[in-house]
Amino acid sequence: MNTKTHYPTRILSVFLILLILACQENKTQNYSFEIGGTRDATLTAPPHVPTTDLNRTHALKQTVHLEIIEHVREIAEGVDYTFWTFGGTVPGSFIRVREGDQVEFHLMNHPDNKMPHNIDLHAVNGPGGGATSSFTAPGHETVFSFKALNPGLYVYHCAVAPVGMHIANGMYGLILVEPVEGLPPVDKEYYIMQGDFYTKGDHGDRGLQPFDMRKAMEEDADYVVFNGSVSALTGDNAITAEVGETVRLYVGNGGPNLVSSFHVIGEIFDKVHIEGGDAINENVQTTLIPAGGATIVEFKVDVPGTFILVDHSIFRAFNKGALAMLKVGGTEDTTIYSGQQDDRIYLPEGGTPQELPQSEVLKEPIVGLQAKIEAGKVVYTRVCQACHQAEGQGIPGAFPPLANSDYLNSDVDRAIAVVIHGLSGPIEVNGERYDAVMPKLDLSDEEIANTITYVLNSWGNSGGEVTEEQVLAQRDKESPQTSSIH
Amino acid sequence: MGYLKRPLIFMLVIWLPMEVSYAQPTGMSAITGGSYVPFYGSDTAVVTVDNFLIDQYPVTNEEFLEFVKKYPSWQRSQVKRLFAEEAYLTVWESDTVLGNAVLPQAPVTYVSWFAAKHYCQCQGKRLPTMEEWEFLAIADKQRSDAREDATFHQAILQWYEQPAPKVLPEVGNTEKNYWGVYDLHGLVWEWVLNFNSVMITGESRNDTALDRNLYCAGGALASTDLMNYAAFMRFAFRSSLKASYTLKNLGFRCAGVKDKEL
Repeated sequence: MNTKTHYPTRILSVFLILLILACQENKTQNYSFEIGGTRDATLTAPPHVPTTDLNRTHALKQTVHLEIIEHVREIAEGVDYTFWTFGGTVPGSFIRVREGDQVEFHLMNHPDNKMPHNIDLHAVNGPGGGATSSFTAPGHETVFSFKALNPGLYVYHCAVAPVGMHIANGMYGLILVEPVEGLPPVDKEYYIMQGDFYTKGDHGDRGLQPFDMRKAMEEDADYVVFNGSVSALTGDNAITAEVGETVRLYVGNGGPNLVSSFHVIGEIFDKVHIEGGDAINENVQTTLIPAGGATIVEFKVDVPGTFILVDHSIFRAFNKGALAMLKVGGTEDTTIYSGQQDDRIYLPEGGTPQELPQSEVLKEPIVGLQAKIEAGKVVYTRVCQACHQAEGQGIPGAFPPLANSDYLNSDVDRAIAVVIHGLSGPIEVNGERYDAVMPKLDLSDEEIANTITYVLNSWGNSGGEVTEEQVLAQRDKESPQTSSIH
Repeated sequence: MGYLKRPLIFMLVIWLPMEVSYAQPTGMSAITGGSYVPFYGSDTAVVTVDNFLIDQYPVTNEEFLEFVKKYPSWQRSQVKRLFAEEAYLTVWESDTVLGNAVLPQAPVTYVSWFAAKHYCQCQGKRLPTMEEWEFLAIADKQRSDAREDATFHQAILQWYEQPAPKVLPEVGNTEKNYWGVYDLHGLVWEWVLNFNSVMITGESRNDTALDRNLYCAGGALASTDLMNYAAFMRFAFRSSLKASYTLKNLGFRCAGVKDKEL
């Protein structure tokens, strides 16, 4: 064991720092790079991260057992895909070792699998990042070892030809080589990885969808998702935190093609470990994550609510699935965020904004069912479509569908009230649970009547016509209750 | 890559002295030879295949059971570790009983290259060469070369993507191809005589630096040639093998030389 010889400069620099900062306690002071023990590494499935062990005083030999499993899982509701996985999940199991650890890596290819596989860990210094030593036929296991020399957050992936296809099918994950002094403790740690998927059918086409090589070459993704499926981190699967806690996200991008503009709506990253390395940027809104790259972001959550994680190449978020949720519980702090304090009419020529009675902004009434549907469609396209989508299909886990919607058809007055007053809290639509916020919309009675008439006469809904009187009747009532589910 | 040499040497030793009288072939298809450009070659690297005979179906468990009864040295408990790794025929109940985990008419798998090769020799046959197997594999139902057809490849790729069923189905359930041969795609991988004479190394991204005639590179697919993608994956699979390996999804069929039989 000649570990020491690999580290003279580092040990020396640690010593110098210690001399300078002699009064400060430093965990590296008594740390030995000699391998002082062995253990099996703890691996976790996403979005979880293995806990750290900052108390240890020496490097370890850690044994990693990673099993490759090819299996069919849902990529979106009603859409199946054959994923090739490290550990049964996309992304693969999270591996956490410490700088200076010796890692003995066992790659096991399940006998049921069709394909040979290997692993290239970007944390490895050596040819192929381990790929040259881990080419594994189905029903076989290969072993190689490496020393974790460089601290940082690294992608691992399969590199068997055709490499693009293996990655496109989900063969990637993250390995954290924690710096010897450890990362500062935080309250919550999560593991998120973006990937783009290419299916024979279009986005949302149901059934088992095979990989489409041509779309992959043209970089024309049908799905861009976090953690391997549209709903992996939304609704009940959302990650959580409490007000006042500091959250650290280990975020990778498996690709195979797309670069991520990672952003959390309503939060600012206090710290970003740029590209997963040593450099730290502060107060960042959106950070780039290259395909085959990673980043560590940290932020303190100050107010409660649902925070949406997106690839801010924004059509990917709202149309291809690159959307996750962080639900923060706790008490409001209106000095940091007030919520809506007022909603009034703004008249550019009128000096001070003032609220005007509804009737004064009405135009000539639109008469006849067909005319109302036409007028309603215009409003829908402008106001509603961004969330509920062009065909009323909504976005699973985020925005409920209006097409064929039991929630809508069973109680039209309730739907009117939702548009007038907004709605917050859990509801169930077509058997799916939604827990988000619909804002109250500043639309006239006529616009609301037309829009809901349009929706009722579209996409398999029950038809009918909503009158302005119906809308008016709901204006005076209380905002609708969320249903009995909780 | 040292292991590459061993099977080749072994092949020469065994191959040369083989003189067997050929029986009238039953269950075989006569293939008229021809030429094609394999995906790993340049346009000038045309492969020519002579006339040959090929089993219509992969060898079944039942057939292989007869073989090991006749040649006990190839039974599970008797086989030399050099010739077959531990998983050899592992799904069978015992040396000479198939048991309930496999169907008698399903393709025999968990067989090594050595065992497959020996089986064929004992039938007066041989393993098909990679060039012959690939020549057959480009045919669909109507055409001897269906490679221009994207749906042909899509169907093959779809099978490659799927994990294997818990119990392998019987042979002959896929569509008969142009040559009257079944199950080349959609049932199991198959051993070929020179399975690793085209190498994709474990680190395939380096292969462009290797001998282009022997090594199939990541770079070989730098173009948008989807036509050969399925073949590319077959070569990647074969390159992960050693001759003693026995896999759940890997069987074989035998070939014969036509003029010797006629």
